[in-house]
Amino acid sequence: MATIKLQDLWKHYGEVQAVRGINLDIAHNEFVALVGPSGCGKTTTLRMIAGLEDITGGMVQIGDRVVNEVPPKDRDIAMVFQNYALYPHMSVYQNMSFGLRIRKTSKEEIDRRVQNAADILNIGELLERRPKQLSGGQRQRVAMGRAIVRDPVVFLFDEPLSNLDAKLRVQMRTEIKKIHQRVQTTVVYVTHDQIEAMTLADRIVVMNNGVIEQVGTPDEMYSNPRTHFVASFIGSPSMNFTPCNLTKTAGGLAVRLNDDISLPVPEERAARYASYADKEMIFGIRPEHVTERRQHANGAQQDIDANVNVLEPMGIDTMVFFSLGPTEICARAEPSAVSNVGESMGFTVNMDKMHLIDPSTDAVV
Amino acid sequence: MVTATEVGGAATSPPLTFRSRLRRSVGPDTDGYFFVLPTVIIVFCLIIYPFGLAVWYSVSNAFIGEETHFIGLENFQYIIFEDDIFMLTVRNTLLFAAISVVVKVVLGLLCAMLLLRILKLRRFLRGAMLLPFVAPTALTTLAWWLILDPTYSHINWLFEHAWPFSLFDMGPYNFLGEPTLALSSVIFVNIWRGLPFFIITILAGLVSIPDHLYEAADIDGASTMDKFWKITLPLLRPVLAVIILFSTIFTLADFNIVYVLTRGGPMNETHLFATYSFTAGVLNHEIGLGAAIALFLFPIMVLTVIFLLRLVRRDSEYEL
Amino acid sequence: MSSNEMTAMTTSSGELLAENKVPFWRLRKAFANYVALIPYLAFALFPFYIIFITSLKSKQEINNLGESPFWATGIAVENFTYLATNTSFFEHWMVNTLIVTTVSTIISVTVGILAAYALARLKFRGVELFGVAVFITYLVPQTLLFLPLIDVVNAIDDYIPIRDTYWSLILTYPTFLIPFVTWLLMGYFRTIPVEVEECAYLDGCSRLGALFRVVLPMAIPGIICAILFSYTLSWNEFLYSLVFIQDEHAKTLSVGVFTELIRGDIYFWGSLMAACLLGTLPIVILYGFLMDYYTSGLTQGAIK
Repeated sequence: MATIKLQDLWKHYGEVQAVRGINLDIAHNEFVALVGPSGCGKTTTLRMIAGLEDITGGMVQIGDRVVNEVPPKDRDIAMVFQNYALYPHMSVYQNMSFGLRIRKTSKEEIDRRVQNAADILNIGELLERRPKQLSGGQRQRVAMGRAIVRDPVVFLFDEPLSNLDAKLRVQMRTEIKKIHQRVQTTVVYVTHDQIEAMTLADRIVVMNNGVIEQVGTPDEMYSNPRTHFVASFIGSPSMNFTPCNLTKTAGGLAVRLNDDISLPVPEERAARYASYADKEMIFGIRPEHVTERRQHANGAQQDIDANVNVLEPMGIDTMVFFSLGPTEICARAEPSAVSNVGESMGFTVNMDKMHLIDPSTDAVV
Repeated sequence: MVTATEVGGAATSPPLTFRSRLRRSVGPDTDGYFFVLPTVIIVFCLIIYPFGLAVWYSVSNAFIGEETHFIGLENFQYIIFEDDIFMLTVRNTLLFAAISVVVKVVLGLLCAMLLLRILKLRRFLRGAMLLPFVAPTALTTLAWWLILDPTYSHINWLFEHAWPFSLFDMGPYNFLGEPTLALSSVIFVNIWRGLPFFIITILAGLVSIPDHLYEAADIDGASTMDKFWKITLPLLRPVLAVIILFSTIFTLADFNIVYVLTRGGPMNETHLFATYSFTAGVLNHEIGLGAAIALFLFPIMVLTVIFLLRLVRRDSEYEL
Repeated sequence: MSSNEMTAMTTSSGELLAENKVPFWRLRKAFANYVALIPYLAFALFPFYIIFITSLKSKQEINNLGESPFWATGIAVENFTYLATNTSFFEHWMVNTLIVTTVSTIISVTVGILAAYALARLKFRGVELFGVAVFITYLVPQTLLFLPLIDVVNAIDDYIPIRDTYWSLILTYPTFLIPFVTWLLMGYFRTIPVEVEECAYLDGCSRLGALFRVVLPMAIPGIICAILFSYTLSWNEFLYSLVFIQDEHAKTLSVGVFTELIRGDIYFWGSLMAACLLGTLPIVILYGFLMDYYTSGLTQGAIK
């Protein structure tokens, strides 16, 4: 059972606190993505799990064993690095078998495992080549093959796709997902790309400034972000935020954006927001929930009109930017329903999907 | 599975364990000490300890076969105020280092820029040019001795027999027997030996200057001279500073060329610190005096290093 | 000069292909670059030529001062046979030089690898200080050390007889080789991505395992370079050898040639140059094969 348990984990570099007391439980065979902006401590956390970085405080447990003082070579972990870190002086076969040779595995067993991994990854014909002779995608496969061959208890990925071009990245993403389904094992995957995290992981851990902001499934992260940071980080294009005043009206509560626009809060949320009435709040809404004017399905849909500032056609949708008070709002509209730049356009805001952030705590309420 | 405690961090870091305190004070890689141990032992026993010994000698009357005792700054007093040869040595060393380094920088720049424009045969030419630097100095200096020898001098032979020199009444010159000529010869041979290092290093520096800078300058209408003064030289400055540093130090401390070519002669006129220290300490057995002479080199070198390092430090890091 | 210009030069200069047309001034300029380098090349190679040509001359020819000293009329082997029969050139000096160079190179490169690796990779208290110390010792010239080192050698001689043997050189040469090798290799080690080494740890290697199986194979060009430099520097060493060795049979090439073949007797020029030729040749040949390593090592310190 390869569970991983991080308990009150700290990492200092001199005066800099890279990781500030994080707690995390990862289940057996679970695929967990650590995601966050650069410098958030996600790679440091991964390296502490690997044993490449000393732990300043707290505990790392793999399976039933506390591994704080266990050197990396004895942790039975494999890692895929951002730059692949292939041994340039060895052939693909030697690269993949290196770990097994160090551990004195029998020749036949090595052969069997390398062949098996090569089949999974479709790199059978590359085994005699040197890393120099491989393309970026092939190197990526070899790096994963090297990890698969080892059959480790934990698989660590450190931004494995960020050196690939956009198209290959999408392709390898799918590949990694397939491989995880085939080679069941515990995976910790570090990335700064929230789409990668959303598509791959069973559970996402969003980190910022050395602490965990939120842990949850991709769906939870998207629909119920708990902090301002998570709300802004997850989703692409990212959520719109604009300051607002939560006012009491005859029917209940309303989000008052400016003198002209005031959007009523759906009734079922009124109780939840009641204690924030008459306070300055931040209103958050995703672009996909601000659309061209549509038929209202229920009372939560609200209409607004605005002049179009910029258009960004994406093919299936067009991103429409318009000003709302001090901020620019991005909407996602049907290309055929879009007005020209400078002209007025009608939008529908789906208030069922709204978020309200308390600026004093940055928590989503 | 997901618990509220996972979110956020603790307010403060927990007390450090003994191991992590140890690591914080000595660093994560304690085995590093074993890696550097052999070097530390060798450096201590064969460089630092002897250096201390040299300092002790310089303030003692160390003489082969006699008891050594402390005499204060007498040795320094003697060489500074009473020893004419030492004054000559200081003058020679400074002239020797200054002239040969300046000439090497100028000729090095010139040759490197010529070599940069040559693509065919560049490797071959570079290889041939480096030979003086690679070959054993003592042996090649012997060849220069033959070339400059009063009786066998190839140069005097040219002056006497070869057109157009034969038209004039030139020479024969006693290249190694006349003080000024002897010092010039020594400097000349030093330049001959050290120039390749300058050429090759400056060439490597030139190659690392990206072409697009020159292209941009072309578009801005810069002349060849502009490009040299405004682009090449400023970008070469770090490289130049480093090679000047190295070359100055090794030229100041040079022994082989002078010792083989003139042995400090004629009449001790061409001594450098190294040869004079050798003469005093080894040939005349006055170890204390020899050590004092050699130690004099130290402050001169330290000042040179500080001066040149300052030159490198100052905004010399460019992002290319 | 581009290949375009070269093809342009080789075709008859009047009828250049229209699309291949290179302005005449440009051709002239390219040619001028080569011509301008000729004087320097002649200057650089002149002593080697003199060594070569003089070593082939007989005594009579050398002493005939009216003849051109720049050319030999025949090939005389007397200088080489003189070296073989009347001196310790082959029997001792060459052998001693080979032994001293090889052993001190092995010692220095081994010790230097360890120190350079620590400097490039490991973090422990004092490592910066160590780096600075190595750099300073690299700059401390032999001039400052040869006098006290006589005493150090004598002190050791009380326990192990090394005085006046090549062992005193094997002991002292590392003092200038190790700082150099360390500095050179540190630069090479730093170019090796840390991740490759970390991957070796995760694959089950210990520190030394990763060093030998992964880091060193990747640093082979740097190690060749370090060996080449150590070899050249100790082959060419003169001062320590001059100071520490008086026994004729224990001398190295440079010092043997200088002290034993010159005895105030100026008629030894032929054999002297023959000795210079033979003493220079091994280094020149070695360098000829490994020139690129040599230049990369030479320029590395200044460029990086």
